[in-house]
Amino acid sequence: MYHFKRFAASAVIGLWATTALAQDSITVAIQLEPPNLDPTGGAAQAIDSVLYANVFEGLTRFDADGAIIRGLAQSWDISDDGLVYTFNLAAGVTFHDGTAMDAEDVKFSLDRARAEDSTNAQKGLFAGIADVTVVDPLTVQVTLDQPNGNFLFNMAWGDAVIVAPESIENIASNPIGTGPFTFTDWVQGDRIELTRNADYWGPAPALESATFRFISDPTAAFAAVMAEDVDAFIGFPAPENLPQFEADPRFQVLVGNTEGETILSTNNKMPPFDNVLVRQAVAHAIDRQAIIDGAMFGLGTPIGTHFAPHHPDYVDLLANSPHDPDRARALLAEAGFADGFTTTLKLPPPSYARRGGEIIAAQLREVGIETEITNLEWAQWIEEVFTNKDFGLSIVSHTEPMDIGIYANPEYYFQYDNPEFQALMEELNATTDPAGRSALLARAQTIISEDYVNGYLFELAVATVAKAGVQGLWVNQPTAAVDLTGVSWSE
Amino acid sequence: MPGLSTGRDVLDALHFITMIRYALGRLTSLVISLFVASLVIFAVIEVIPGDPAAFMLGVNARPDTIAALRAEMGLDQSVVTRYFDWVTGLLRGDFGQSWTYKTPVVDLIADRIWVSLPLAIYALILSTLIAFPAGIYAASRRGGPGDITIMGATQLGVAIPNFWFAMILVLIFAINLRWFSAGGFPGWGDPLQAIKALTLPAIALALPQAAILARVMRSSLLDMLGEDFIRTARAKGLTRRQALWRHAVRNALIPVLTIIGLQFSFLLAGGIIIEQVFFLPGLGRLIFQSISARDLIVVESVVMLLVFTVIVVNFAVDLAYAAVDPRLRARA
Repeated sequence: MYHFKRFAASAVIGLWATTALAQDSITVAIQLEPPNLDPTGGAAQAIDSVLYANVFEGLTRFDADGAIIRGLAQSWDISDDGLVYTFNLAAGVTFHDGTAMDAEDVKFSLDRARAEDSTNAQKGLFAGIADVTVVDPLTVQVTLDQPNGNFLFNMAWGDAVIVAPESIENIASNPIGTGPFTFTDWVQGDRIELTRNADYWGPAPALESATFRFISDPTAAFAAVMAEDVDAFIGFPAPENLPQFEADPRFQVLVGNTEGETILSTNNKMPPFDNVLVRQAVAHAIDRQAIIDGAMFGLGTPIGTHFAPHHPDYVDLLANSPHDPDRARALLAEAGFADGFTTTLKLPPPSYARRGGEIIAAQLREVGIETEITNLEWAQWIEEVFTNKDFGLSIVSHTEPMDIGIYANPEYYFQYDNPEFQALMEELNATTDPAGRSALLARAQTIISEDYVNGYLFELAVATVAKAGVQGLWVNQPTAAVDLTGVSWSE
Repeated sequence: MPGLSTGRDVLDALHFITMIRYALGRLTSLVISLFVASLVIFAVIEVIPGDPAAFMLGVNARPDTIAALRAEMGLDQSVVTRYFDWVTGLLRGDFGQSWTYKTPVVDLIADRIWVSLPLAIYALILSTLIAFPAGIYAASRRGGPGDITIMGATQLGVAIPNFWFAMILVLIFAINLRWFSAGGFPGWGDPLQAIKALTLPAIALALPQAAILARVMRSSLLDMLGEDFIRTARAKGLTRRQALWRHAVRNALIPVLTIIGLQFSFLLAGGIIIEQVFFLPGLGRLIFQSISARDLIVVESVVMLLVFTVIVVNFAVDLAYAAVDPRLRARA
């Protein structure tokens, strides 16, 4: 079998080298299929993975490193009071159906997203908008209720892309955007096909066409890459197989970061977790590296607070909660739980939760905390844990970028209620100067870390396996996106 | 009335009336079964925890957004109203609109059936092609080395889970030999490519079925070989092999066909794991995805369609039996 494999591999390399010359199409696999193709009407990340930056564009956008750069808005002016944003739109932009993209479309898109009957999953992004005015076809003015330092960031989300009233009715099955690729076909359950937009207003992409395929099973994902059915797998679901790809000259493995803070969510209103000593004991009971190694095969960066480590404003607070079971037992005794207690640990489907949950349960048992593990589907998790707050502990990765603001909402499922933190977030929203924002963000990270609101585990990593000749793929995932604009094949 | 003058005509008319009465009886039970099935399916799926609208909108959604989506999906109406709308829709042939895909359920089913149905037929043909010769050969060589080898192989075939076997097929034929894709379905635009894409999944599905079928074929044949009419045939001067082929095989087929019928409905609805392993866009995967996405209308309609298929096939089989065997009619 071994010789045979070697033989097959070398035969393949020979074949592939001859076909690589004229490559201008790519087959990209992701795990989940988008339920529909409307990025403004659902939370499924797969929608953005396929369409963001490829088919749809917003006023601003994320680049590969998560910075906010120009999108359809080529420049903007912010009034001195921080309330009025005047966007100058790119000229000569058309939607894929040939209609012109102008200020009216921007007004339509923003008004639609914030309307009363809007079904936008991130309606909060638009909450501060008081008015959208068309100044002329290429200028649009957005007025806010109060200054919002995050406004340009908010407009970069996939949920804030610009859509047209002419094509909105069928957007879920026939998405019409302004991006470098047009949507051509969707064989539901199997693939989505995109073709280069010949009339694109920006620099033309190198690829002529792209196919997205959806392979959820980790074993099938491994087989599809090994058999070279796909050219790249973004978010490869079986980290245990990565060393094998790294050792194979046919492939390259890219490991990057995401915006996913993976936390041991703790119900701060449910006894005994309403006692900060108990939460601190949990934090000391956790061995982050053991979880990263055991559940993620080493992929992931330990975090000491709810903030992305690659962000310039990140503060390293790991020293607040080193792994120290003796300390954890002492803290539990101090809190009146010398004999420990029993609680629930409710786990959603991803492997970080299911595998991580087993490891955390063992670590908690070390210090006397028994957990009853329940595995939930996502829909159940949202109902039981997120909506009804019927849980003691859970493990979940919060994948939205810059989401520390969730700690200011006492109704949020982990029910952290701290007026000081809430005031801090209000101050942050009203602050637009970068130095001031950095200081406030550092303070916010410190407060939640010292309050041990949740067990802070690790920043989720993303692995991409691609054929060796593919270049220009995003390594990191600052937002759910597979941006194909800069992707090409090496000669 | 000249037509009714002979006893033969009277008998025919009576025969016809009993047949109609029997068919009506079966039809009534069919309608009742379908009605009960629709109630059970709807009730079971309604009690699955998890709000479809909240799931679709994710964790950052605001309560008013969820309420707006619930209204759009019709979830703000009472359970009774929704059941009534669904059933009357089904009666009109309207399966409703998928909540997540936002396309008519009929279109979803129509797309998927072109993967699942050919796959089931393909697997059935393969399993029959393997099982018949194997079963007949084993029966004709009862106790011999051929029989023992085949029975051992079928024992193994029954014991091997088909998803594991599927992975082995992928490892050998897709990853190492690279004769086939590891999965996926290119569509029927190029029929050869489509059949090729279904080949590994069909083999994975067919082999365990073939093992069962071969065993049934063998034992059914052995039963027949002990019957009086075989002895009569042998007494007439036929060789053992001639008796086997001319008389036993045909009669042994009745239980075998029953098994094939059962296997077909299993293959149609039960390819779910194989569809997952080969990431094929079939009916099983549609149900699987729809359940986790809480696209209840799709789950309800697809399951109802499968129940409908099974009930109607049973109805047809009942009628066919009755046409052949008058004793069944009398019991009705």
